[in-house]
Amino acid sequence: MIRTDRLEKRYGARRVLRGIDLELPREGFLLVTGPNGSGKTTLLRVLAGLAAPTRGKVEVDVHRGQVGFLAHEPLVYRELTALENLDLFGRLYRVSERRERIGMLLERFGLWDARSERVADYSRGMSQRLALCRTLLHDPELLILDEPYASLDEKGGALLDHELDELAGAHTLVVSTHDPARVAPLATQRLVLV
Amino acid sequence: MSYLADVAALTRKDLRVELRAKDTLPAMLLFVLSTLVVFHFALPEGTGEDAAYGLLWVAIVFTALLGLARAWVPEQEHGVFDGLVLAPCDRSAIWVGKSVATLAFLLAAQVVALPAFALFFAPLDGVALVGVLLADIGICAVGSLLAAMAAAGRARELLLPLLLLPLSIPLIVGGVGAAISTEPGRYLVLLALYDGIFAVLSWASFEYVVTES
Amino acid sequence: MSSAFARIQGLPALAAFAAGMMGLALLLAFFIAPEDGDQGISQRIFYIHVPIALTAYFCFGLGAWKALLLLWRGEERHDLESYVAIHQGTIFGTLTLITGAIWARASWGVWWSWDSNQLVLFLTLFLFYCAYFMLRFSLPEGPRRARSSAVYALFGVALIPVSFLAIRLAEDFIHPTTFTRDGPQMTGTMFTAFCVSWAAVTLLAYVLYRVELVGKRLHTDLRELREALE
Repeated sequence: MIRTDRLEKRYGARRVLRGIDLELPREGFLLVTGPNGSGKTTLLRVLAGLAAPTRGKVEVDVHRGQVGFLAHEPLVYRELTALENLDLFGRLYRVSERRERIGMLLERFGLWDARSERVADYSRGMSQRLALCRTLLHDPELLILDEPYASLDEKGGALLDHELDELAGAHTLVVSTHDPARVAPLATQRLVLV
Repeated sequence: MSYLADVAALTRKDLRVELRAKDTLPAMLLFVLSTLVVFHFALPEGTGEDAAYGLLWVAIVFTALLGLARAWVPEQEHGVFDGLVLAPCDRSAIWVGKSVATLAFLLAAQVVALPAFALFFAPLDGVALVGVLLADIGICAVGSLLAAMAAAGRARELLLPLLLLPLSIPLIVGGVGAAISTEPGRYLVLLALYDGIFAVLSWASFEYVVTES
Repeated sequence: MSSAFARIQGLPALAAFAAGMMGLALLLAFFIAPEDGDQGISQRIFYIHVPIALTAYFCFGLGAWKALLLLWRGEERHDLESYVAIHQGTIFGTLTLITGAIWARASWGVWWSWDSNQLVLFLTLFLFYCAYFMLRFSLPEGPRRARSSAVYALFGVALIPVSFLAIRLAEDFIHPTTFTRDGPQMTGTMFTAFCVSWAAVTLLAYVLYRVELVGKRLHTDLRELREALE
């Protein structure tokens, strides 16, 4: 599903990723760990298609409509409500039975009551939970999650644990985290960046 | 025609965001009206009407710049831009949506400013107004693309005027010409030509400007 | 790094040839070509000014072509080639404006004239490409910068015909021309001098382009070597 060959990414003179080789089969679960500044976010952005490698190759066998990317930022509009945000992305991703799916996700992540409030009024934990909804909205084959536990509150963290449990094995996952112990049991592969 | 549906959803989003934030449109309106007042004092006694048209166009371009500088701000908060680029829709649809929304704001500001101008400075006939509309389209089309380019870097508020002003020269010629010339048709053709060429170029190159791969 | 050597091969010889051509051109222009009855000595600047202007356009065109190649083929080297071409274009553009002002002063007693279409067109384009550098310096290095620069360079080329048309139309309401500048009627010798000069300046520009390109590539190679050693 994902193959990289001597992948390198450089920003100006700084080399952030050096010679990464990896191969992730379908329904695999790749866990990416490493200290701050080791390039975890950069690697995930390259895999998602947001950044192009400076050298080497990356092949992702899935169309970008089948990729769900969770970043540090929630990637939702401040001025819009949760419903409006998910409706927009639902349309852009051609999600079938959009309304039902949105309702289900909002409920699952405990945001149903706040669905008509603007994101600007959300707490950080709530925004990140909404970001998760956005990521899962179109039921993507490939999920790329960049430090998903980082800005989630306890409740959100528990929801995510449950979610990952269900997704592992049925979808392909790439997760970077500072807290590998939490996710390690589900992982089929591990990559440590230095 | 899912492309049009995408454009519609994106334009609606832009209009909705502005209606809630309420920062760009009031600023543009206030700016253009203040500029007209400044013109009253800047134009010496006995200056012909033609000079007034020239200043009108300066005001329009700078008002548009104000609007364009803020055009991509909602996408820069919370990193939303990445979210849009990742979506399977054609990236050029993002440009169309943004250009149409910016055009709407510019026209809204002009709906107030142009009658004020006609009342206090010089008359504007139908042809001049068509010229304004055509030039607005050109400014918003090119400006949305340039604003997206500038947004990726630092000093973006400085950069956007530098990028847009040389490109706006043909539009100003067309707009002023449509207002004062005895043969305005040629100027309208110039404006239409500009719009055609640069809208197509902007539409086609937007994808390249916002993606890396 | 053998590719670096390959790039430099032949360049010193080419540079020497270009220098020789320029010498010949200057000789023809200032000593051998007959003096024009109307304008006298100042007319000789024409042999330098017009080729420089044409070369500036040529450089911008080359920059736009490389930009198109970058967007079309995606090869990173075209970005640097486009940038260097446009850089040379602005250098020659500055020289165009300066030599043009000298000629105008010598011929008509004014340093600038808004009445000349070509001048205003050139100035618009020159400002446009100066902004190109502002764009490049404000974006961080990477594919985004390369692509944005390329798109902007292409816009410049599209601007040429549209601006030309606009300026022609603008003659109506920018004050009417008080004098026209006819191209000088050239005799055979004059024409030869002009052609030699044009070829010499174009060649000079090309050599400078190659030299700057080599310099910048060496710089990048050095930087990558340093990085690899870390």
